[in-house]
Amino acid sequence: MHELIIIGAGPAGMTAAVYAARKRIDTLLLSKELGGQPLTTTGIENYMGYQYIEGPELMQKFEEQVAQFPLEQRMGQGVVALSRLDAGFEVRADQGESYQGKAVIIATGKRPRPLNVPGEEGLRGRGVTYCAICDGPLFASMKVAVIGGGNSALEAADDMVKIAEHVYLVSLTPLTGDQILTDRVRDASNLSLFLEHEVVEIDGSSRVEAIKIRDLKTGEVKRLEVGGIFVEIGLIPNSELVNGLAHLNSIGEIEVNCANETNIPGLFAAGDVTNVPEKQIVVAAGEGAKAALRAHRYLQRL
Amino acid sequence: MSTKEVKVYSTPGCPWCRRAKRFLEDNGITYQDFNVAEDSAAREEMINKCYQLAVPTICIDGEVIVGFNEAVLKEKLGL
Repeated sequence: MHELIIIGAGPAGMTAAVYAARKRIDTLLLSKELGGQPLTTTGIENYMGYQYIEGPELMQKFEEQVAQFPLEQRMGQGVVALSRLDAGFEVRADQGESYQGKAVIIATGKRPRPLNVPGEEGLRGRGVTYCAICDGPLFASMKVAVIGGGNSALEAADDMVKIAEHVYLVSLTPLTGDQILTDRVRDASNLSLFLEHEVVEIDGSSRVEAIKIRDLKTGEVKRLEVGGIFVEIGLIPNSELVNGLAHLNSIGEIEVNCANETNIPGLFAAGDVTNVPEKQIVVAAGEGAKAALRAHRYLQRL
Repeated sequence: MSTKEVKVYSTPGCPWCRRAKRFLEDNGITYQDFNVAEDSAAREEMINKCYQLAVPTICIDGEVIVGFNEAVLKEKLGL
């Protein structure tokens, strides 16, 4: 049994790993991937110490710092379940392995929220995308739909009007992003706005062919022929593994106190997966440090 | 050393593509890189042969892997 298992290797998990290793805690760092959400962020100008750095480069530096310490890392393993033992926890990974730890820090972050409509899952990577910055250029000269009304959706729409033949911006609500972005998008000649419309279905056999949307006021359903669909409707916490164990708030975030303790002794959480207000790299890193120090104190008292 | 034919379809803005390519380089794997943002023939090849509209799409001896998944790449490349 390890003393500590850290689940997730984004800014919170990797910082927790460094703090735990410096306290000489026997630690296992377990994660599906190294780097987390900053990997899909381009320019970062508010992580102290760097006036400008790209997300993947910053995470590379985090990785190198973690690698300075003798701690066990298992990557490529998503955690599917967490259960309590008499003296700790058991963690089960998606490839069947299980690990035991006296204490656990959950730092699993968030992932893009799916639409949950028919056709979405099967056409993922075949026209349905959650990373506009990655896949945008593939849709040159096609018609595309951007779903969402916040800043991410507006940024995707603003990028795509330059690349695509036409952009349909579909939002459940009025646009909620920054005014400057809203104005720019509204002014684009090749963009049509569908506000207060919901997506009902995505059509296509081997790739996306069309999207069906419903007008919330009139109930009318329209079918728009598109080759690509950019889903930008926010993020959801990766907290399923503690469902039924730790307290979650109304949007599924793990509830922690200011010392990163959940309602279960020995179970800590840090970063975007928690109810801590601001979702920032610097905040997540700080929370990871706090969680590891608290876990250390917990382990000393066992 | 792997002698498999490795093709990477990528875009310049895509961080996963950069990580995938760095992974291949770190492991001494030779690969062909196609910038599908510029190269429309490669884009068509990716869409029509691999049925993929996502980057990075990586073909190893014709087998298609979408996204950067270190564990899968290691397995397919025998690393």
